Formats: sequence, structure tokens, C-alpha cells
Amino acid sequence: MMKTFLNIVFTVALALLFSPAMAEEDSFAQLLNELGGTNLSKKATALDQLAQLDDERVLPTLEALMNNALYQQKSDNQFVFAESAADGMKITSVVTGAVLDEAVSSRDLRKIITNNSLRSRARNLVAATRLMNKKAEVREAAALELIKSPNIEFLQPLDNAIAREKVPAIQQALQVARGAITLDHPDEIERLKAVQAMDGFEHKQVITLLEQRLQKNADGSFVEPSALVRTTAQEVVDGLKKSEMFYKIIEDTFFGLSLGSVLLLAAVGLAITFGVMGVINMAHGEMIMLGAYTTYVVQLLMPNNIGASLIVAVPAAFLVAGLMGVIIERGVIRFLYGRPLETLLATFGISLILQQLVRTIFSPLNRSVITPEWMSGSLEINGFLSLTYNRLYIVLFALAVLFGLMLLLKKSFFGLQMRAVTQNRAMASSMGIRTGWVDAMTFGLGSGIAGIAGVALSQLTNVGPNLGQAYIIDSFMVVVFGGVGNLWGTFVAAMGLGVANKFIEPLSGAVLAKILMLVFIILFIQRRPRGLFALKGRFVEG
Amino acid sequence: MKISKSTWLKTVQGAAVAASLSFVSGMAMAADTIKVGVLHSLSGTMAISETTLKDTVLMLVEEQNKKGGLLGKKLEAVVVDPASNWPLFAEKAKELLEKEKVDVMFGCWTSVSRKSVLPVVEGLNGLLFYPVQYEGEESSKNVFYTGAAPNQQAIPAVDYLMKDVGVKRWVLAGTDYVYPRTTNKILEAYLKSKGVAAEDIMINYTPFGHSDWQTIVSDVKKFGSAGKKTAVVSTINGDANVPFYKELANQGVSAEDIPVVAFSVGEEELSGFDTKPLVGHLAAWNYFMSSESPENDAFIKAWHAYIKNTKRVTNDPMEATYIGFKLWVKAVEKVKTTKVDDVSKAIIGLEVPNLTGGTAKMLPNHHLTKPVLIGEIQEDGQFQTVWQTEAEVPGDAWTDFLPESKKIVADWADPKIMCGNYNTETKTCSGQNY
Repeated sequence: MMKTFLNIVFTVALALLFSPAMAEEDSFAQLLNELGGTNLSKKATALDQLAQLDDERVLPTLEALMNNALYQQKSDNQFVFAESAADGMKITSVVTGAVLDEAVSSRDLRKIITNNSLRSRARNLVAATRLMNKKAEVREAAALELIKSPNIEFLQPLDNAIAREKVPAIQQALQVARGAITLDHPDEIERLKAVQAMDGFEHKQVITLLEQRLQKNADGSFVEPSALVRTTAQEVVDGLKKSEMFYKIIEDTFFGLSLGSVLLLAAVGLAITFGVMGVINMAHGEMIMLGAYTTYVVQLLMPNNIGASLIVAVPAAFLVAGLMGVIIERGVIRFLYGRPLETLLATFGISLILQQLVRTIFSPLNRSVITPEWMSGSLEINGFLSLTYNRLYIVLFALAVLFGLMLLLKKSFFGLQMRAVTQNRAMASSMGIRTGWVDAMTFGLGSGIAGIAGVALSQLTNVGPNLGQAYIIDSFMVVVFGGVGNLWGTFVAAMGLGVANKFIEPLSGAVLAKILMLVFIILFIQRRPRGLFALKGRFVEG
Repeated sequence: MKISKSTWLKTVQGAAVAASLSFVSGMAMAADTIKVGVLHSLSGTMAISETTLKDTVLMLVEEQNKKGGLLGKKLEAVVVDPASNWPLFAEKAKELLEKEKVDVMFGCWTSVSRKSVLPVVEGLNGLLFYPVQYEGEESSKNVFYTGAAPNQQAIPAVDYLMKDVGVKRWVLAGTDYVYPRTTNKILEAYLKSKGVAAEDIMINYTPFGHSDWQTIVSDVKKFGSAGKKTAVVSTINGDANVPFYKELANQGVSAEDIPVVAFSVGEEELSGFDTKPLVGHLAAWNYFMSSESPENDAFIKAWHAYIKNTKRVTNDPMEATYIGFKLWVKAVEKVKTTKVDDVSKAIIGLEVPNLTGGTAKMLPNHHLTKPVLIGEIQEDGQFQTVWQTEAEVPGDAWTDFLPESKKIVADWADPKIMCGNYNTETKTCSGQNY
């Protein structure tokens, strides 16, 4: 095996360099020490040499380096792997593999300094070793990693892996990774094989690699000398580009739906307070903000269960924002029913008060809400399409919230009362419904849902005093566009605006896309002042 | 009891004398302080950044007073709140100069707030120290710019990426307002002068507080997969950064693949971020909290003691405020007066130590010499310096990379020029200093 051979060469070289008595044991420790130094170029050399050692401790060391988990103890300069544990850092010796301490303060450790080039080098080296991993997904990830950075030194490990690989998909990925290296092989047959291996392999990098071969040199000659290889490459590229176009449309639609579901979440609470009750609530954005801050507080209270904290935060945010909504309704808004201008001013005042309150309690700085593991990263469909998990969950969450709300309005007794009060207050009141109580609860419900939206938004954007302001205009836009008082209208409007925005954006840029959307809505409202789905019937005010 | 006329008169006289004495002493008391105006937003959108600078000035004033004040007088800070409202900045500056009669002002963050204050400080002959990195193209007689000019932040950062990282393709992403637009214009001209082709530069602007980065990140990813090393130069402002970095991380773009170098992300902003997705991305500043020097250690210690919270961080605009304050104190001590004309003449050429080691010198164009540092973001929200200029870079008010600015210089020391907008070709001064 190549690796063993190199290893022998290296051991010999090192032995010659340092001392005849120096065994492998010492070279590992020696290289580790160099890795801990401050000179970045020396570190890079040490890293390469380390990777050549045939030592089972090398891989964990490289992995730790890549993930910023390699430390030195300040007291005795011993190298350790560190991971966060219940009360401090759990440290394991790099050299012996023994657990040294379960709870060490991070102040007693010194991180091994790395930079981007060092980490990316470590990533490549790790990928080359992982080609032989037992888990299929690890092997596949390693192969995909090597496609991104073709390097002649990985040819041997790739060939070894190709000989052993049984899974067809991974086999193809390995062939492509190998092809990426042999694309500029002096032998025409080798190059042709490399191009053929890439046929139908859906990955952005493949198109790039092939297109580079199809370009012309500065002197007018083709980079790829053989006409046969060029035509094959052109065919492969054309095929791949067609499927890339297709996935691009799917991707844009997904982006649009996810923007739409953010709009939906922000607007659906307003669809209740403004749409159903007719209250122009300028403090709606601040209810979203309260929900986001509730998430922050929940995470502070349960620092060891970040994954579960979001699930706890949903009901908590509903209660906090809902309670605040009830207080606002009972304290201010109920005296102002039927006076829209005063309501607008009063709620605007409330929104400023709430912002400043948050500034005083939590500081004007943004607070950092941690994204749990299960919401980070993306779902890789193939090399052209990957859907980010946080957006995926938020789409599902928005739909769940909308569905739950509809169920509440249509099927529950409270929903019945609510609809009765909004349709004919006097009649509902004479039937024995406590209209005041229903008003308070409805407003609380709308605010509470805004609070839930805050939990979702805390995963996408900043949690700061100005969070709400960013969404208030969009929320009104969606509710008015969809038709006041109609949840389906809100849903269709949010999704429609989201998707339209995302299809315009690549053509016009983000700034112009936003302007175009607003212009469109202004024109639309001119034609249909009641929005997409206007309420019909005799209770609708003229 | 009968009071004689004379006794009564005496009493009145005594009272009058006492009153006038106390009045005079009151006058003396008032004249005994030197007033330092603080013009930073304490509410509204910019409060997030500016509140810290207000505290920094108050800390420096307190420190100076502990040392016995200045010219035998105590310093008195006058704090106003322009509430992130640009026209209000001008009104508050007027209030500080006309009503409070402050001797010096420290303030402003955004360029638009500075532009709105300019006519006031120039008209009333005030003195303003502006502590934030900005787009340049300005030099006022009454303003001292202690933050970085583009050639002290953007240009060296691009140089680093080009030479040390080998970047060939560039994404210039910014928020849609004056600082990113001007900076990107300068950078584009600079890159083209270095032989970068137009199709290797992608320029993108987004609205303030943009939160949906899916399409843009996906475009950047596509732009970066063309086989050439790609980097993003970000002038994205404050709040929009978190969703941008989150989206990058979620779409699997790591700092090793496409590094982002930011000009508006410092320690203070990072303290409000979940830093995990940012590790390895870069920022260019003239100061990092992690810089090791005795001055910096002392500054951090003093800051923690003053703010009574050891978790608070220090950042670049704080250092700029510190340098500006120290320079002003030094100039006042030199001329033994706080008169604006004397101080602004004396301050040119003065030097004070930087917090990163080395010295900051006030140049005739009212800018400073500064070291430029590139740092990688660490998980603890601090920067690790990966590159640093060998010597301090002198600030250039008018960039040399735009043809219309190339021929313009600012010089407030040369008696033949004495202008912030001097055209070296026509040998005239446009008369407008901003």
C-alpha cells in the first residue's frame, strides 16, 4: 500500500533527521508539538507529516483540529480533545486516549490555533482516510468532499476505495472524484473515461470541471486537445445543465414557499386582531418580538437542553404574548373600539413603550438565540438541490399553526362565540355571550400567535428590540392583499407573495423585487379594494 | 423690637453681597469645568452600537478627572440623545454648541448622521471627533476622523485575500446605502486596476434589515463554484448579518470554501450572534479585543471596572474614541486652551499610543495613521489575528482609486492649501468641505 510505503519513507527520513533512536512514538508527539506552535506555515508542514504516520491516533487528531476541538492544557502543555460536558469541559488525552477530567474550566485550556487553509487541508486529509469508513454515508460524504478539491495525492486512496466499494451510488461518486483528478491526464483514453464517469452525476462541481476543459487557452487552442473528449464533455454538460435548470425551479419555489410561510406566520395573528376584530394593531410586531425574547429566556433557563428548548418556547411564547395582548386589550383598546385613528396612535405608542422596555431589561444589543442541531444544516437531495432544515421546519410549522387556528375557529365553542361577536355584536350579546370577554380572548389569541411566530423568527433573524418593526409592514400587506377577515386569503396571499418575490429576485435584485411587490399590491388594491378573497354578505360594512 | 434703618440697610447689603458672592462663585464654578459633548443615539435602531461609545466617553472623562482634570479644571460630560434620527443629530449638535457651549463633541455613527451634523459644526465652529470607519471622500475643518478610511480597512483586506488566500472571484455584498455603495465603487475600481475581469466581480445590494438570504446565498454558491477561489467582501450592515451567516452555514458554505470578510462585524455585534456558523469567517479592523499589548490590557480592565460587567467586550470604534479623546487632551494641554481654532491647529502631528501597539498620529487631512488587522472569528466571539500590516497606514481622505477623487487632497496644515477639498490640477479649493 502506498500509504504504508510513504510511512516507511517518512519514518526513515525522520529517524535520519533527528536521532537514530527516535521511534514512531516520539515523532507523533513531536509533530503534535509543532502543531501547537504559533507559526502557521510550520503547522501546515507538521499537519502533512502527521497525516503520513500510520498511527490510529492521527485520524481523531485531524478530526479534532478540523472541528476546533484540539486543546492544550495550560498547566502542563498536554494535548487534549475537549468537548462540552455538564459542568465544564470533558478532556481526553491525545497521546494516551485516557479521560483526564470530566469538568475542566475552559479557562485552563488553550485552543490550538488554526486558520481556514489549515482546517481545509485537515478536512481533505480526513476525507481521504474516511473513504474506507464502515458507514456508507461517511464514505459518500468523503467522496463528495474530494470532488471539490481534486488533488493528485488522493488518486491512490481513491483507487483503493474504488476496488472495495460495493454501493453503486458511492462507487459512482468515487469514480467522479477520480475523474476530477484524471481530467488532465496525458492519456486521451484516461481523459475520456474521466468524462464518461461524470455522465449524469448531478453535482455543481462536475459542470464547472467540465466547462474548464471546454474553454480555450490564451493562444486560441482548446484546453482539451482531443475533439472526441470535447464532444463527449459537451454532451455531458448539456445533460447536466438541463437537470440543473429543473432543480433550480424547484429550489426557487421552495425559497418562495419558505418566505411565504414566514410572512404567513407573521401575518396570521394580525389576520385575527385586524382581520376579524378590525383593530389596527401597530404593536403586533412587538408581540412577535416578545415571543422571540421568550425563546431567549427559555434557552437561558435550560442551557443543557437547547434541542428541547424550542419546543418548550412555543407554548411559553404563546402565553407571554397572549397575556400581554389581553392586558393591552383590557387596558387600552376596549375604550377605543370604533375609533380607528385613536387605536392606531395608541397601539403605536404601546409598540414604542414595549421596545424601550425590552431595551431597558435586556440591553439594546441583540441577544443570541442558539439554533439547535436538528435545525442546522440542509437536506441534500442531490448535488443540485438541498433544502435547509430550518426553512423546512418553518414551512411545516406555519402550516400546522394555520391548520390549528382554523380548527379552533371552526370547530370549538370559543370559535363559534368569536365568529358570532364579530358578525353581530348586539345580537351575540343579547344571546348571552360575554362580548367583552370574547374580545379580550380574541385579541389574546391573535397576540399569542404572533408570539409563536417570534419563536420561529428567532431561528432566522436577530432577536433585538427592532425585530417587530421589520415585520409589521409585511404583515399588514399580506392581510390586506388576502382580504380582511379571511384566513384562507391570508394563506394564499402570503404564499403567493413569497413565491412571486423569489422568482423576481434573481432577475431584479432584492431591493427592486421588494419595490415591485409593493407596486403590484397598490395596483391590485385599486382594482379590488377588498383583497383577493372578499367577505360577502350583509354583515360586511359598506 | 425696633430695627434701626442702618441695621436694616446693613442686613440688606450683607444679603446682597452674599448673594452676589454666591452668584460669582457659581459663575466661577461653571467656568471651572470643560464641557465634553456626547452625541450618540441612546434609543432607536442605532442605540445597539452607539450606547457603548457614550459609555466609553464617560469612562474616559471620569479617568481624566481622577487624574486632576484638564488645565486645572474638571471635565463635565453633556450627554444628549439624537435617537437614531438624522435631522435630530443636527438639532442636538446645535443645542450642545449654542446652549451648552461645549468645548468638544464626540459622536455620530452612521455617515448620514455625520453629514447632517456637518453644516452645524462648521457654521458654529465646533469640534467633532468621529470614531467610526467610513467611506472617506470628506475632510472638514471642524471634524477629526479617528476611524478608518477605505484605504485603512477595505483595500488592505482585499490585498490580503488576493495575495495570501489567492482569491480570484469577488462578491461585493452590501446594504443599500451610502457607505457600502461608495466602498464597493472604490473596491471595484481597485480590483479592476489589479486585472480582475468584470465577470469575476458580482455586486449585490439588499435593503436594510434584509432577512431572507436564500436566493442570494444560492447565487453566491453558484458564483463560487466556477473553479476559482471566491470570497465575499461584505459591507452588510448590522442586523442583516445574522440571517446572512446562518443561511451560509445552512446551505453548507463554509469559511474554508468561500470566506466572507466583513467590515461591519466586530466584537460587540458578535456578542449578539450565535457564533457557531461564523467561525473562520474574516473581519478587517484596526483593533481587536484579543490584541496583546499592555495598553489594551489596561483599557479592557478599566472598561470592565467602569461598566461593572466583565463579560462586556471592547471594539474598534471604542479604540477610535479612546485615541480621539487622548489626542484632544494632549492638544489642549499643549496650547493651554480649549479654543477650537488653537486646538485643531495643535492636534495635527500629535501622536498617542494605539491599543494594539504602535502609535496613532493625526495627519494634516484630519485622519489618523492606523495598523490594519485581519482576524478570523472564533467560537468565543473574539478574533484571532491572521494578518497585520507591517507599519501603520496613513488615512487617505480622498481615495486614489476613483478618477474624480484622485486629484483631490485635504490639507489643514499647509498655509497654501488650508482646505479639505483641494484640486491639485486646477489648484483651487471647491469651497465645500463635505
